[in-house]
Amino acid sequence: MAVVVNRKSLTFWEKLYLPAIVGGLKVTLKHAYNTLFKGKVVTMEYPEQKWTLPPGYRGAPYLVKDQEGNTKCVSCQLCEFVCPPKAIRITPPGDTGLKADRTNAEKMPAEFEINMLRCIFCGFCQEVCPEEAIFLQQDYSLTALSRSELIYNKEKLLSLGGEVGGIQKWKHKLEEAKAQENFPVKP
Amino acid sequence: MDWNFIIFSIVKIAIVVGVVQGLVAYSVLAERKISAWIQDRVGPNRTAPPFMKFIPGGQFLTRLGLFQPLADGLKFMFKEDFTPAGVKKIYFFLAPAVSVIPAMLTVAVIPFGSNIGAQKMVIADLNVGILYTFGIVSMGVYGIVLAGYAANSKYPMFGGIRSSAQMISYEISMGMSVIPVLLIVGNLNLGQIISWQSTHGWMVAYAPISFIIFMVASFAETNRTPFDLPEAETELVGGYHTEYGSMKFALFFLAEYSNMVSSSAMMVTLFFGGWTLPFWGLDHAATSLGMGIVQIFVFLAKMLFFMVVFIWVRWMFPRFRYDQLMDLGWRRFLPLALVNILITAVWLWMRS
Repeated sequence: MAVVVNRKSLTFWEKLYLPAIVGGLKVTLKHAYNTLFKGKVVTMEYPEQKWTLPPGYRGAPYLVKDQEGNTKCVSCQLCEFVCPPKAIRITPPGDTGLKADRTNAEKMPAEFEINMLRCIFCGFCQEVCPEEAIFLQQDYSLTALSRSELIYNKEKLLSLGGEVGGIQKWKHKLEEAKAQENFPVKP
Repeated sequence: MDWNFIIFSIVKIAIVVGVVQGLVAYSVLAERKISAWIQDRVGPNRTAPPFMKFIPGGQFLTRLGLFQPLADGLKFMFKEDFTPAGVKKIYFFLAPAVSVIPAMLTVAVIPFGSNIGAQKMVIADLNVGILYTFGIVSMGVYGIVLAGYAANSKYPMFGGIRSSAQMISYEISMGMSVIPVLLIVGNLNLGQIISWQSTHGWMVAYAPISFIIFMVASFAETNRTPFDLPEAETELVGGYHTEYGSMKFALFFLAEYSNMVSSSAMMVTLFFGGWTLPFWGLDHAATSLGMGIVQIFVFLAKMLFFMVVFIWVRWMFPRFRYDQLMDLGWRRFLPLALVNILITAVWLWMRS
């Protein structure tokens, strides 16, 4: 059943409109004054000023190097398989290609491409990577003059990614191997 | 033929039209800037010709958005002049012109200064100035109605119909509100009204209710918020100019802002003493060239004040509902204006 709610009738002063108008003009004038003379602006002038991104922000995924400047990616292609929009394409070195650019590394991608137009910044690649070689970083405004420019290759990804130190699995393996060689075997 | 008269008239027309166009362009900028300030924003501050960086103070002018109107105008000119299929072509092309021409014509009778040399600073010193203004202003509605009809689309149609009803209603209150002024002055010539005010003081002190009604009605006449129902974006897409684009749309824009200019000018002329100021000897017709120019600037300053009020009110007020609009026009302002006439007439009769 409908309930009739009686509205409070306005007083004469309120019916005049004019007090309300003057009040409104005062409010807007105050805002204009604050913006003009006190610089209380709520907007941000974007390309010059930027947000401070929170930690854990998921921007564009880039490849990273370890603290000695070695490529961490071992071309396992897990990220390629997990990538929902199929933005990552990895070309492994194959049978004939150069496996790695240094000793004691298992394998490296011959080419590693991320199509930033396809990428949805979901972070699955970072999550799945067993080598901690790919990280979603702080870039969110990727621009280019053509579509092909937005397919980032290995060099570009590595140079943008910078360094993220970590476990350095292969270095430890090398040290272990060396330790094995020098292991004192007592007859 | 009086060649002198013709040449001076043409010069005055050219200058006045130029100034009004410039005012229109920069009042669009003012609208954007003031709305930005009221809403805690910055407003247009990027547009600048490429060499502006190297000129001292150029950066500041760019921040003010001083070049934005140029960019806006260029944008309108270079856009494709698109005519939708199914419009009534002749009326569609005619409507912008019909709304711009009356808007520009109103300025003709307004005295924007006393005199420079022997020349009166008014294009046409008509003895029926006010009647002319009302006649021309009421033609402005045809452009809008025609635009709404010609577009052959429902939202412009709604806009046009709303506008016709609204403008006709408020025209009556507007006309009625000016009658006390005419009763007090006893003359229809706008120049005479100003010279009466220079000796007796500003008209707003004699007829404050007239001023309030006139001001509100001119808000309604120029389709400005809170009476912008013909172009209510939230309800009617774009109102009567939904189907228009590029320069034809720009003409509607021009018409709206020149209406603002001319109604501000009318308010200044009728109620705030036109080009006079009560001090510094500016209250009588100029005797020297410098004083004539100063009086033109006094007029412009007063007018700009009302332009700012127009803009200020727009960014503070929500739109009226249609029945509230009609209620205000017919049941509040019309009786109020009539009573105002009566009181003024009785007062004048008692005094005589």
